[in-house]
Amino acid sequence: MIQLSFNHLIYLVEAARWTILLSVIAFVGGAIVGLPIALMRVSKSAALRGIAWGYIQLIQGTPLLIVLFLSYFGLGILGYKLDPLVAAGLSFTFYAAAFLGEIWRGCIEAVPKTQWEASDCLGLNLFQQYAYVILPQALRIAIPPTVGFMVQIVKNTSLASVIGFVELARAGQIVNNSTFEPFAIFTAVAAIYFVLCYPLSVAARTLERRAHAGRS
Amino acid sequence: MSYKFDFEFLAERWPDFVAGAWLTIQLTVLSIALGFLVGTLCALARVYGGPVLRRLAGGYVEIIRNTPLLIQIFIVYFGLSSLGLKLSAEVSAVLALTINMGAYTTEIMRAGIESIQRTQLEAADCLGLTRLQTILHVVLLPAMERVYPSLGSQGVLLMLASSITSQISAEELTATANLVQSDTYRSFEVYVIVAVVYLALSALYRLGFWAIGLILFERRRRLGTPL
Repeated sequence: MIQLSFNHLIYLVEAARWTILLSVIAFVGGAIVGLPIALMRVSKSAALRGIAWGYIQLIQGTPLLIVLFLSYFGLGILGYKLDPLVAAGLSFTFYAAAFLGEIWRGCIEAVPKTQWEASDCLGLNLFQQYAYVILPQALRIAIPPTVGFMVQIVKNTSLASVIGFVELARAGQIVNNSTFEPFAIFTAVAAIYFVLCYPLSVAARTLERRAHAGRS
Repeated sequence: MSYKFDFEFLAERWPDFVAGAWLTIQLTVLSIALGFLVGTLCALARVYGGPVLRRLAGGYVEIIRNTPLLIQIFIVYFGLSSLGLKLSAEVSAVLALTINMGAYTTEIMRAGIESIQRTQLEAADCLGLTRLQTILHVVLLPAMERVYPSLGSQGVLLMLASSITSQISAEELTATANLVQSDTYRSFEVYVIVAVVYLALSALYRLGFWAIGLILFERRRRLGTPL
């Protein structure tokens, strides 16, 4: 058995880089897919609304772990090499898109109806309405809950460990396998996650308070 | 794509899936109920408690909400057993899920309790109700009614998150799937089936929360209006 040492801690902190990378992939991917989902959810077409609704129900009604397994083994069926980073990136994109889509739909709907009517009167077409009037205002409303959701993303990247992607949680398991000091190691891992997540939580709360102060 | 889907293993293995789903239901219903209890007590501590209690409850919420459930489960199962407290996988799962659910419930119930108007408390005071009576009869039920949708979604989220307990070999639905796929090599099919079962469970839990809400909130049932 190897003694737990400072080097192990360094190893954990270095593995946290992969957690951050995966979180960034999840957020960027989720935003790229999530915005169209949100727009479909508020679309005039019932078919588009239905598709987006179905997608959100599907993802929000299945555990992320199962989505991960499905992408991992699904990639294999499609004949691609089983790469944990690709499978994890895909799964987190699907996952984040569903939640961001739903969050952002609420933000778009929170923009007062009069803004739509006024931009209609000015003769703006749908694209111009979204680009110049609705989305910039929705963005302001969207920032606090979006930052709050980023905490969920960072925490959930720990699940990528089960398909063999070496990020923080997996690194903790690896160190534990050689030293067998689970309490100390997993507490350290939890502490690193806390350091990553807590500032985001505080930021989300502060932004939320500021947004409300502006309105009243 | 030359892949052939093959669901034949179901004929033989379906009882395993049923058993797994049943354990998932048992684990999560217990954790949701216990977590609700813990969360409500902590929410009361956060709103009405002294400075020490308030801080303790606040620290608990922040620590749990800013760390992954997977690591919490590892600390409970592997960590505690290395310190000499050996718990079975199922007990560890319920313990970890309860602690997790408790933290989220604290925040949700706190919002509900804070929404109860001061005048309600004053009126209860005037009627000569004791502190405990006030909390039980005047504060808790209306507070719960206000935040009931959030409580319900948190319950569904917890049920889905319980899939993570497969990592400490609690033989629930996901662990069953892992087992069956390693026997049959039908990984994709197995997880498709399990995903469908989880979808059904989500719907079932939502229905359950709705029904409990109907029974619990008499005023809403009679008048049909939200509080």
